[in-house]
Amino acid sequence: MISKKKRITWAALPLYLFTILFVVGPMIYMTALSFASNKGGYGVEWTFTLDNYRQIFQPVYLQTFGQSFQLAISSTLIIVLLGYPFGYFMSKLRAKGKSRMMLLIMLPFWVNSLIRLYGWIIILQTKGVLNGILQNLGLIEKPLKLLYSYPAVLLGMVYALLPFMILSVYTSAEKLDWTLIEASRDLGAGKWQTFRYITFKLTFPGLLSGVILSFIPSMGLFFIADILGGNKIVLVGSLIQDQMTRGSNWPFAAALAVVLTILTSLCIYLYSKITHAEELEGM
Amino acid sequence: MGEVLLQLENIKKNFDGTDVLNGIDLSIEKGEFITFLGSSGCGKTTTLRIIAGLETPDEGRVILEGKDVTSLEPNQRNVNTVFQNYALFPHMTVAENVGYGLKIKKTPKQEIKKKVKEMLELVQLEGFEKRKPSELSGGQKQRVAIARALANNPSLLLLDEPLGALDLQLRRTMQHELKHLQKKLGITFVYITHDQEEAINMSDRIVVMNNGFFEQIGTSDEVYNHPKTSYVATFVGNANILHGTIEKVVDGKALVQLCDGKALVDMEAYALEAGDRVTVAVRSENIQVDEDCGCGLYATVMEKTFSGGMLRMILQAKDGTELVASRHGIDARANVGDEICFRWESDHAVFVDVPDCKRGVRK
Repeated sequence: MISKKKRITWAALPLYLFTILFVVGPMIYMTALSFASNKGGYGVEWTFTLDNYRQIFQPVYLQTFGQSFQLAISSTLIIVLLGYPFGYFMSKLRAKGKSRMMLLIMLPFWVNSLIRLYGWIIILQTKGVLNGILQNLGLIEKPLKLLYSYPAVLLGMVYALLPFMILSVYTSAEKLDWTLIEASRDLGAGKWQTFRYITFKLTFPGLLSGVILSFIPSMGLFFIADILGGNKIVLVGSLIQDQMTRGSNWPFAAALAVVLTILTSLCIYLYSKITHAEELEGM
Repeated sequence: MGEVLLQLENIKKNFDGTDVLNGIDLSIEKGEFITFLGSSGCGKTTTLRIIAGLETPDEGRVILEGKDVTSLEPNQRNVNTVFQNYALFPHMTVAENVGYGLKIKKTPKQEIKKKVKEMLELVQLEGFEKRKPSELSGGQKQRVAIARALANNPSLLLLDEPLGALDLQLRRTMQHELKHLQKKLGITFVYITHDQEEAINMSDRIVVMNNGFFEQIGTSDEVYNHPKTSYVATFVGNANILHGTIEKVVDGKALVQLCDGKALVDMEAYALEAGDRVTVAVRSENIQVDEDCGCGLYATVMEKTFSGGMLRMILQAKDGTELVASRHGIDARANVGDEICFRWESDHAVFVDVPDCKRGVRK
């Protein structure tokens, strides 16, 4: 008889194969590529060099990294502020309201994300829907320049990633035992204290995974910056894509990708360290 | 009469068109162990939640220590609850759970630590401070829940079927411990249960509830031996209910015509007279079965079971009334299908559902 532990190992084999083939393999290839030389015209010469990394330290590229982080942090912050209350209150709806709300959240996913972004262009452009409404209401005289700006990109990011926060907060708030809140009130805690010591603490894991689910993609969603930011907002994601295609410098693109991966992992690591420490501080 | 701690005045509550509480009145004394006894859905939990402030009554007032607290939030009342499912905070240790109420009150850390230690000693859980609720057994969780509620020094402790999830053995032990704890601390306990044995074992007074009404309020002895209504007689004492007419009253005993015969019932203080339609309650263990007793009540044995040292017989009287007779030990005489004669001592039967006008003053 095969022991239980062994059986699980065998069952996980396809998962291992998949990970090695499609995650670990490409990562190794990408890292190797980042130390190779560029031959021009999509060519790669396999001679070791650190030039690709040196190139990143040019001010223009450092600025791109800075802008990417700034955007990712601000969009994640907005997503937390909007998504946490949304997910929390959604869990308090009756069963019917819950399923309706869930449907409304899932509905946009049935449409391709690029098409949805073009929808935003129609709303935001100079002669677009939003300007039209504002002008007709007499709130503004001249149409506002909304599209191809930093706020437009921020809006796009929040729009694209908000559902992940809502759903992950909802999932943990849904599991919350209502009698715990009653117990806290019964033991003398006010509404705010109960939220702080009980509700928030117990929905914190949901918030945590929501932050990770929205922060990581926001570093790489280059097409949002491309479509809603025009060429004004350049993010690391766009830069990598640009080097892969028009710039035809694969080794440099690989170096950028390696640095991005390392920085993002570092952020997640620091974040989990900080939040874990706070959890221990509970009392 | 001791000092009144809590008064409920004409409390009414309606949930989605169903009346859960139909205007109940009660006053609870300081240091009392009072139990709300009733089947599920009788309104006992709602009553408790109204006292705790977790529910607001539609009508009526809750007066705690002379102060109207009807509209006060749960955290503004000096009342604590032991919840049915314990409701321990899963992200906190045992010590943090017990100290929660004190922490909210901004008690100094050193004092919290002292009180937590004292409370855990009280419920015999010394050394469990650092454990998480998930690492405790059901009985231990129960003790933590009690310690947590008592740490706040409440003037009133509410317990909502606190032993419901424990096995029989542990229930018995905990019953003793709770009663002991209550005597030692002198705190008023309001206890909820659907288990009549538990209620009788522990309470100073029992409130039997049914359909949002109080059927009877009294000591264990009163509720068990002198039930006022047929509901109390059946729910608390598993009694048989028989309907009949009084033929005559002699020497404080009434001769009642019931089934196909006659039987004597003690009058107690009731002002009943010949010709009155009456309901008689007799507990199953007080029904004696004989081959022939000459009293004229005959029945057929329908079923005979033996369990837990008790012989239980289901009898069907001549007019179709079903009765249960039980006794210790095995009785080989009567078998299923036999016709037997049944009777009881006159002081083992009581009148129930007596209208107020015939009630008189009880001894």
